[in-house]
Amino acid sequence: MSGRLLAVIIFAATIALVIAGTLWPAPSAIALAGGESLLHSSSTPQAAVADIAQEIGRQAWGKAYADLANKGEFTEPEFERDLKGSYASLRTYATLDHFETRPLRASTDEAEVQLRLYWSSVVGTFLDTRDLRVVKNGGRWQPEWPLVKETRVPPQVIPVNYLRWDVIYPGPGDDWGVQGVESPHVRIIDMHPVERSDGVYILGELLNEDVVPAYVSVKATLQAKNGAAIATEDAFDKISHLLLPKQVTPFLIKFPDRTLSEVSSVRMDPLATLVSASADPVVEIQNQKFNPAPGATLTGQLANQSGQIVNTAHVLATFYDKTGQVVWVADQYIDRALLPQTPVSFIIPLPEDIARKVSTERSVIATYSSDGSL
Amino acid sequence: MKVGLQYLGLGFLVAALQPAFAQSGNLHMPKTVQAGSAFSIESTGSGKAVLYIVGPVQALRRDVQLGEPTSFPPGTIYNAGHYLAILTGPSSTEQSEFDVVPENKPAALSFLARPSRISVSLHNGITGAVYVFDAYQNLITAPMPVSFQLSGTASAPQTRTVNTRDGAAWTQMDSASKEGAAKFVAQASDVSSSRIIQQVPGDPCGLRMTARPAGEKIELQTDPVRDCSGNAVPDGTIVTFTENYNGTQSTVDVPLKRGIAKVEMPAHDGARISAATGVVLGNEVRWGKQ
Repeated sequence: MSGRLLAVIIFAATIALVIAGTLWPAPSAIALAGGESLLHSSSTPQAAVADIAQEIGRQAWGKAYADLANKGEFTEPEFERDLKGSYASLRTYATLDHFETRPLRASTDEAEVQLRLYWSSVVGTFLDTRDLRVVKNGGRWQPEWPLVKETRVPPQVIPVNYLRWDVIYPGPGDDWGVQGVESPHVRIIDMHPVERSDGVYILGELLNEDVVPAYVSVKATLQAKNGAAIATEDAFDKISHLLLPKQVTPFLIKFPDRTLSEVSSVRMDPLATLVSASADPVVEIQNQKFNPAPGATLTGQLANQSGQIVNTAHVLATFYDKTGQVVWVADQYIDRALLPQTPVSFIIPLPEDIARKVSTERSVIATYSSDGSL
Repeated sequence: MKVGLQYLGLGFLVAALQPAFAQSGNLHMPKTVQAGSAFSIESTGSGKAVLYIVGPVQALRRDVQLGEPTSFPPGTIYNAGHYLAILTGPSSTEQSEFDVVPENKPAALSFLARPSRISVSLHNGITGAVYVFDAYQNLITAPMPVSFQLSGTASAPQTRTVNTRDGAAWTQMDSASKEGAAKFVAQASDVSSSRIIQQVPGDPCGLRMTARPAGEKIELQTDPVRDCSGNAVPDGTIVTFTENYNGTQSTVDVPLKRGIAKVEMPAHDGARISAATGVVLGNEVRWGKQ
């Protein structure tokens, strides 16, 4: 009897909640469903910018474009390309996670508002910050969109004749004694454990000392005094997985919530397998500069020296102290595609305590192109 | 699976016949038989009987006439190992044992050569191991000489002769000082097997670059990159150029193309530019007036 009563209560509560949700929906639900916005563009400059951000979040490009004060300066497709990229990149498949608005200055008929768009992508969240001028037109606030025009490379033919490696493996009909293809020889040339408040980090560098490309990964196992394994982790994406001959990549392996006091030794397992690869594209890191604390960062630009469009670029920076020991590894994904000969900026933040130890730094680039080549 | 079931059945048969083993049989057969060769088994008495032959991978059944030889043509029993012959007659059961040994003539070699790719000038870096088999894929355990020869295009061949032990022989060879494919041949009697060992250049040695102006940039170019034996380091090898100027750094990883690495970098007076490949550092160039 009590079970039946409970079922009736749950059913009634569900119906009540459905009715309440329909009659008094949450503002965010309305916005996501494409209904009325949370705010109205005519109220305040900040609200007008927030309105645009919500429309961007819903990918209602036409509506967002229509609300802009300076839409005569560019077309709607240009506006969309500014946010999603002209070529496939992290931006193309990202969705707006949330946004923040911050008033910078204001007068009676003009204001400036900073819009911080937090985009969710497969490799984490990236931030797009725009400072919008907002003007009052006939009693209604309208933002002007600061369009970032992409530098377009003129149509041309760029000859590329860098080496490419392909691998032929033993076939199913081959004798068991038949010769296989030797796996690439890789070597850890530096390894250093670091303890921080959120866990233990294993930092280091891996060298491909072979004459063929290698797909690499590094696994580390923390061992207790009795030899028992405490935890095993790998570098995941804090490493450049493709190493061309004689190329060096940093790696960072995180063991959350561990302390060095419980660790007696660390077992390192570098893994390398043969992989088909191309020496192209070549990406230059220009004007790389370490900006010390406070607000320590590593800044620079990436310039794609090849003709191939790089859809995703990943900057991995290694920081060394005065003795040349690795003290930190940090990384950043570039959210826009790298077009040939077109520099794209990067900025990698660094923890303050580590920044004080940094003497030199070195960066490598991992690239991914949608034609399938690594 | 089928063979396993067959063995299981024969196993039960042999177990059932165990009490009869004590009977002294008049079963005459050779103590050893060469794999694949013809042989015969003789018995005494009269009447009909059944002869079972059970070995490691083979089992046979023959209806025989006691007092007459039972012949087995060539190729009937070909798997080397210890065999049991059981003769079950109307009134008694007799058994005998014999060995099937591999042929003495090698027919196939399993040759494992490692590694398939090796740096030049490595002492004992190449290993070859051979297993010698007869025509029926029996491992020939009798000692026999196996010769190994490693010959490249630019070096004298290395030769070793090793006697097999328990059917296997192995050796070690040095890689040559010149790059290129080497043919690694193992030979036993008139049977041979070959593998290709790719001898590749070692670490670059004496990396050197030069710089010259190219408009608003500097064109940097390495000399042909070679290892310490003078072999050209293969194309695709990464050379890292680093330019330090006024607290900023520009780096670019450039693959070798036609033996050299070439790149254009910003031209700043007083810039220090260096080149490196792997853990090998090259020279440093200071650009401009300062």
